[in-house]
Amino acid sequence: MSKGIFSLKSFGPIAALLIALVILPSIIPRFYIYILAVIFVTALLAMSLNMVVGHGGLFQFHHGAFYGVGAYTVALMLTKTSLPVWVGFVAAPFVAAFVGLLIGLFCVRLTRLYFGMLQISLGSLIWAIAFRWYSFTGGDDGIHGIPLPSLISSTTGAYYFGLILLIISLIVMFLIFKSPFGATLQAIRDNPERCEAIGINVRRHQLIAIVIATFFAGIAGVLFVVVEGSVFPDLLFWVFSLEIFVMCLLGGWFTFAGPILGAAIMISLRTFAGIYTEYWTMILGIMLILLIFFLPEGVWGYLVEKFGFQRKKSLEKERQ
Amino acid sequence: MDFVQTITLSALCSHLLVGLSRAMILFVVTSGMSFVLGVLRVPNVAHGSLYMIGAFAAFSISNLFGGGSTGFWLALILSPFVVALVSLIAERSLFCHLYEREHLMLLLFTFALMLILGDLVKMVWGADYRSIMAPEYFRGSVTLFDAPFPRYNLFLLVMGPLVAVGLWLFSNKTKIGKIARAAAVDREMVGAIGINVSWVFAFAFVLGCFLAGLGGALVAPTVSITIGMDHDIIIEAFLIVTIGGLGNMWGAMVGSLIFGITQSFGILFLPQFAIVFPYLAVVIILIWRPTGILKSVW
Repeated sequence: MSKGIFSLKSFGPIAALLIALVILPSIIPRFYIYILAVIFVTALLAMSLNMVVGHGGLFQFHHGAFYGVGAYTVALMLTKTSLPVWVGFVAAPFVAAFVGLLIGLFCVRLTRLYFGMLQISLGSLIWAIAFRWYSFTGGDDGIHGIPLPSLISSTTGAYYFGLILLIISLIVMFLIFKSPFGATLQAIRDNPERCEAIGINVRRHQLIAIVIATFFAGIAGVLFVVVEGSVFPDLLFWVFSLEIFVMCLLGGWFTFAGPILGAAIMISLRTFAGIYTEYWTMILGIMLILLIFFLPEGVWGYLVEKFGFQRKKSLEKERQ
Repeated sequence: MDFVQTITLSALCSHLLVGLSRAMILFVVTSGMSFVLGVLRVPNVAHGSLYMIGAFAAFSISNLFGGGSTGFWLALILSPFVVALVSLIAERSLFCHLYEREHLMLLLFTFALMLILGDLVKMVWGADYRSIMAPEYFRGSVTLFDAPFPRYNLFLLVMGPLVAVGLWLFSNKTKIGKIARAAAVDREMVGAIGINVSWVFAFAFVLGCFLAGLGGALVAPTVSITIGMDHDIIIEAFLIVTIGGLGNMWGAMVGSLIFGITQSFGILFLPQFAIVFPYLAVVIILIWRPTGILKSVW
């Protein structure tokens, strides 16, 4: 399977973008390669969050916890054990998904805001442990200088590794999005009562969605370690989780690719605003208010609405 | 492995008292959050920032009046109003236009407010550590159960119940309090009988933030005031209102007590992981009662 699964119409731009991304590292400075790699990580994370938030309608407020669990799993396995590197890389998404299952089991019993607040609580428990357990997780210093294979330890290596993992993950996510399961999930988002009435096990679907999303968050965690070479408890902190939430909003909840755009905009803004001002969070806050008031559908959603991809519009009409 | 020190009865009692006084601070803060939750049905993420502003304002006001007893009392009385003013401005200029929107947008707005207020505090007061002194008669400690107990904490133990009773009287015995509770249950009905719901919401929001400011002013003499204190308190407040039952004031009290006491006993038993104990208590309670101990108003 290749990019063919995307519609024929969008094949051209996607192929062009891919080719550009493959060639770019040989022409742009190292700093920009690094920024792009960070965007890949964050985009994957935002996409995984959007699976449950945008498509599932769940208030997944502490997605960063699973990202952090994935990253910490890799970091701990590489620094504390002598297992081959790939074992850590493979284990991390599964550990993240397992934690997602555990937390999800409690959360899906609740709805809406209670769901979100319970998740913040449970996620913060993980944060508190990582933050305090100096002998194991390195406490608030985190773990630095994680030994990586030479192939991916350079910036360019990390860039390509991230790009490949991102593309594979996106394809899988797209298949899930378009599968009957994805359709059911979106139906549950739009009307949980009716779905329950026609015999869909709402909670089970939500739980599976959480497990899948946390699995991908774990992959993003692996990528984070590859790109940064370190982990720290801030990854698990709830403020960061809400920032990912904002990325999804910025790109557009109800679109497939919106969160990628959201992540790219956020990371670029943060990087370049960071050069000129130390008040990045204020800029983020103002941006968020502007979004809430003027662009609740997100940038991508707005573009779709404004310039209309005919296909999507006809779909919307069908739905109504 | 003897990492649990021998625990005497007096140590238990004094830790219980410390936990209780911590719980009172938490209660003052979370009762405000709970009130906003009850009426507006929005977890105010900016609540912690307002608490922080309360503490910083207390510092500035106390310094303005040369510290000491006058400075302390003026700070305690005035800084909640400073916070209320800040929240009133935010509410009337932006927040009130969102009441018709879905709750997630309201929540995200308060998150944006938190980000902005956090940086505003950094601009106004800087990143230094600040502290203020309690007046002469609150300093030092008294001996209770053979263990020293700070006098200021005794004051906190009085203030907490006072706020609880005041808030209860307000929301059950005054007209505006009753209207606010009614608006929480059925906004349209309250609007239909000719009450300006938007102003009721504004009032509830500002009152909640006032309490956050009061909490900040109360805690100011016991901690070092610095940026970042908003992040710590807000997550604790979230947990407390969740285990108490969203929007239930007595739930906030119960949650605060559980949180404060488990934290304080955690310090006694396993200092390094003291922070984990309250979270564990929260997890256990939520497994036992997913929607909180007391009935939620939702």
